[in-house]
Amino acid sequence: MKRLHLLSLQQTCDKDFIHRVEKESGQQVSKCYQCGNCSASCNYTYVYDYPVNQIMRLIQLGQKDVVLQARSVWLCANCQACSTRCPCNIDVARVMESLRIISVEEGMVSKKKIKLFYDEFLSSVKKHGRVFETGLIAAYNIKALKPFTDADLGARVLKKGKLELHPHNIKGRKDVAEIFNRFEAYSKNRDID
Amino acid sequence: MRIGVFVCRCGTNIANTVDTEAVANKALEYPDVTHATDYMYTCSEPGQQEIQQAIKEHALQGIVVAACSPRMHEATFRRAVEKAGLNRYMFEQANIREHCSWISSDIEANTRKAMDLVRMSVEKLRFNQPLFSSYVPINKRVLVIGGGVAGIQAALDCAEGGLDVVMVERESTIGGKMAKLDKTFPTIDCSSCILGPKMVDVAQNDNIHLYAYSEIDSVSGYIGNFKVGIRKKATYVDWDACTGCGLCTEKCPAKKCYDRFNEGLGTTTAINIPFPQAIPKKACIDADYCRYFTKGKCKVCQKLCPTSAIRFEMEDEIVTEEVGAIVVATGYDLFDDSVYGEYGGGHYPDVISAMQYERLLSAAGPTGGHIRRPSDGKAPKDIVWLSCIGSRDASVGRPYCSGICCMYIAKQATMTRDHLPDCNCYVSYMDIRAPGKNYDEFVRRAQEEYGVQYFRGRVGKIYPKGDRLIVQGADTLLGIQIEIEADLVVLATGIEPSDGARGLAEKLRISYDDYGFYMESHPKLRPVETNTAGVYLSGVCQGPKDIPASVGQGSAAAAKVQALFSRDTIETDPQVANVKEIACIGCGKCIDVCPFGAIQWKTLRDGSQKAQVLETVCQGCGLCNATCPPKAIQLQHCTDDQILAEVNALCG
Repeated sequence: MKRLHLLSLQQTCDKDFIHRVEKESGQQVSKCYQCGNCSASCNYTYVYDYPVNQIMRLIQLGQKDVVLQARSVWLCANCQACSTRCPCNIDVARVMESLRIISVEEGMVSKKKIKLFYDEFLSSVKKHGRVFETGLIAAYNIKALKPFTDADLGARVLKKGKLELHPHNIKGRKDVAEIFNRFEAYSKNRDID
Repeated sequence: MRIGVFVCRCGTNIANTVDTEAVANKALEYPDVTHATDYMYTCSEPGQQEIQQAIKEHALQGIVVAACSPRMHEATFRRAVEKAGLNRYMFEQANIREHCSWISSDIEANTRKAMDLVRMSVEKLRFNQPLFSSYVPINKRVLVIGGGVAGIQAALDCAEGGLDVVMVERESTIGGKMAKLDKTFPTIDCSSCILGPKMVDVAQNDNIHLYAYSEIDSVSGYIGNFKVGIRKKATYVDWDACTGCGLCTEKCPAKKCYDRFNEGLGTTTAINIPFPQAIPKKACIDADYCRYFTKGKCKVCQKLCPTSAIRFEMEDEIVTEEVGAIVVATGYDLFDDSVYGEYGGGHYPDVISAMQYERLLSAAGPTGGHIRRPSDGKAPKDIVWLSCIGSRDASVGRPYCSGICCMYIAKQATMTRDHLPDCNCYVSYMDIRAPGKNYDEFVRRAQEEYGVQYFRGRVGKIYPKGDRLIVQGADTLLGIQIEIEADLVVLATGIEPSDGARGLAEKLRISYDDYGFYMESHPKLRPVETNTAGVYLSGVCQGPKDIPASVGQGSAAAAKVQALFSRDTIETDPQVANVKEIACIGCGKCIDVCPFGAIQWKTLRDGSQKAQVLETVCQGCGLCNATCPPKAIQLQHCTDDQILAEVNALCG
């Protein structure tokens, strides 16, 4: 991601975007006074293109394109250190989660493979009622076009019995799948503003 | 003389690094010392009793205490020796703590130094004389200089206590800067609604005599007995006759006069009443614009005035008032923003100062309270405020924080969003300083509820584009440059001392700092007193502050005046200069150097001129003592003999 150098505040300010992030996350971004405690607490700043306080600042300025294309949004591990330490009680991790949702809806995902992992994880839960790790890894590796990643580790953990070759479905897996179906129907019909 | 020496251990403060017992023993060898001892805490009640006991037992005539700084406990020990029957000036304090034990851990060297310090004090004490205060009556009237909110508060509080108050205001109305404001932070209450009643109180209070459109011409005398010359500037209107009907201001043909009350937004007439709530509500002619004064004929106002109050022949008049105390409340002026050429203040019509914007917001202002930009009268869609214009900027000689701008920016932006909900408000800030009660909450509300967009970073330049202005700044939180297109730019100009503050300080003989703010006697513990007895400070003349702090200081100054006037006489400090007339050669050098005007000429019966010290005015600085060629003038309790005795003790 190329860094910003000049910003024309009015031309690039997307007020609908600010509103959408606030609605999606339930957080008021204007409450952020930029103390930097989120970035100070974040464990992933070293791989981020914009530290999380700058992401918050960019949202305040309505910089939709910059924010949604930032790799930070997808590298966030949702560890919630930022939310825990925010003096303004902003759930920053939830804001980051909202950005991932919006970037999917807008087709602006910056880190496609990370999104793929999310999708595979959820489809595994939908199918089995819980995660089937071996299947998840296999599906993810193949779809991500890197089939042999961590293959050496796979053999070792299998031997120790840490991974199963067969899925253990839970009793209510159909009910879990129903939750997914209901959410998918809701997502299709809901008014995105 | 029989001298007693008491060496304090101050717990371990002194005893840890000074051998106090050795110092006491050594003191017994000094001339006239008949008693010496050390003690754990000399300043404690038993410590003082031990001194008093020793005075009686050993018939001591002078006391030396070697302990902390005299600033700490000199008054304590003076009282103690006085209770035991000695004159309080027959006491000396050697500072062996701040000047000795706290400095070094070398016990031997410290002990030696402590011995020297005690020896010096003993030698000085041998030349001490009993000194006695005198008492002078107090004239219980108070002068308040400045009719802004700080001066008004001081005047009202004094008058409430039954004191006669003389108030002098430079403008033709009281009210000061606060009268120009639309609303006040952090409560958004209407400025003139809360100030107006106080202004009316000043006018209606029988104890307050108001000189509006007047300035201080001269000040002489001293605490309790000042004599003040007041210049009543010519208004060309007989205020006893003027009813403030305003007919003259409607008909005056000179309509293009600079409107000072509206900060130059719009124009006014040459004969004018600044605003509807003016106190006193009297007309005043600006001779620089009046057609009669500039062109020789007109006199329309004279023909129209129903009470025949116009007096073109009027001249300045000096009146003298006698008062016992002076409260200075001369307030402030605003920084001239045209110094920042890159912002175009005074050059682009739509770059205005915050006080001008205040007048735009005011219902009594030139636009009737509608926000309209000066260039074309359009309602602005985007406004940018720039903070720290003439504050926290050493390059323009203003390194201090003006303390009010962060708050008034938040207020103006909030008001703007109320007046024009579609108008975008941007604020450039370096830091937000909002330490008062409910202040930070107010600034947060501007951002969170009113949607004012703050960005941290200064603005580099402003340039026109069409009929708009491009504001080029930085967002240092993102580390990028930003651009805003604005219809109006408001410069948050900082505070500087009132025009003429230095000149007045010299008349009052009070000191001022590098910028012209008056110096308080102690920055924490004597914040309303000056170093000139009987002169007190109130409001921004002492340093930037907001309305609550100014009002608080006004009341504080009034309390100081009330305390002073609660006595009928004042005790003078005898540690002042004294002239030995037989030695005085009448050269007058002491009169020239005295910073307090405490020395005057005295004519003897033989017609010769001698210097005479006004004991109540003298502050005991010693400049005259050092200057006097025949050494005829001596600072009592610090005479040449006493100082030389100390030097000899150290070097002899």
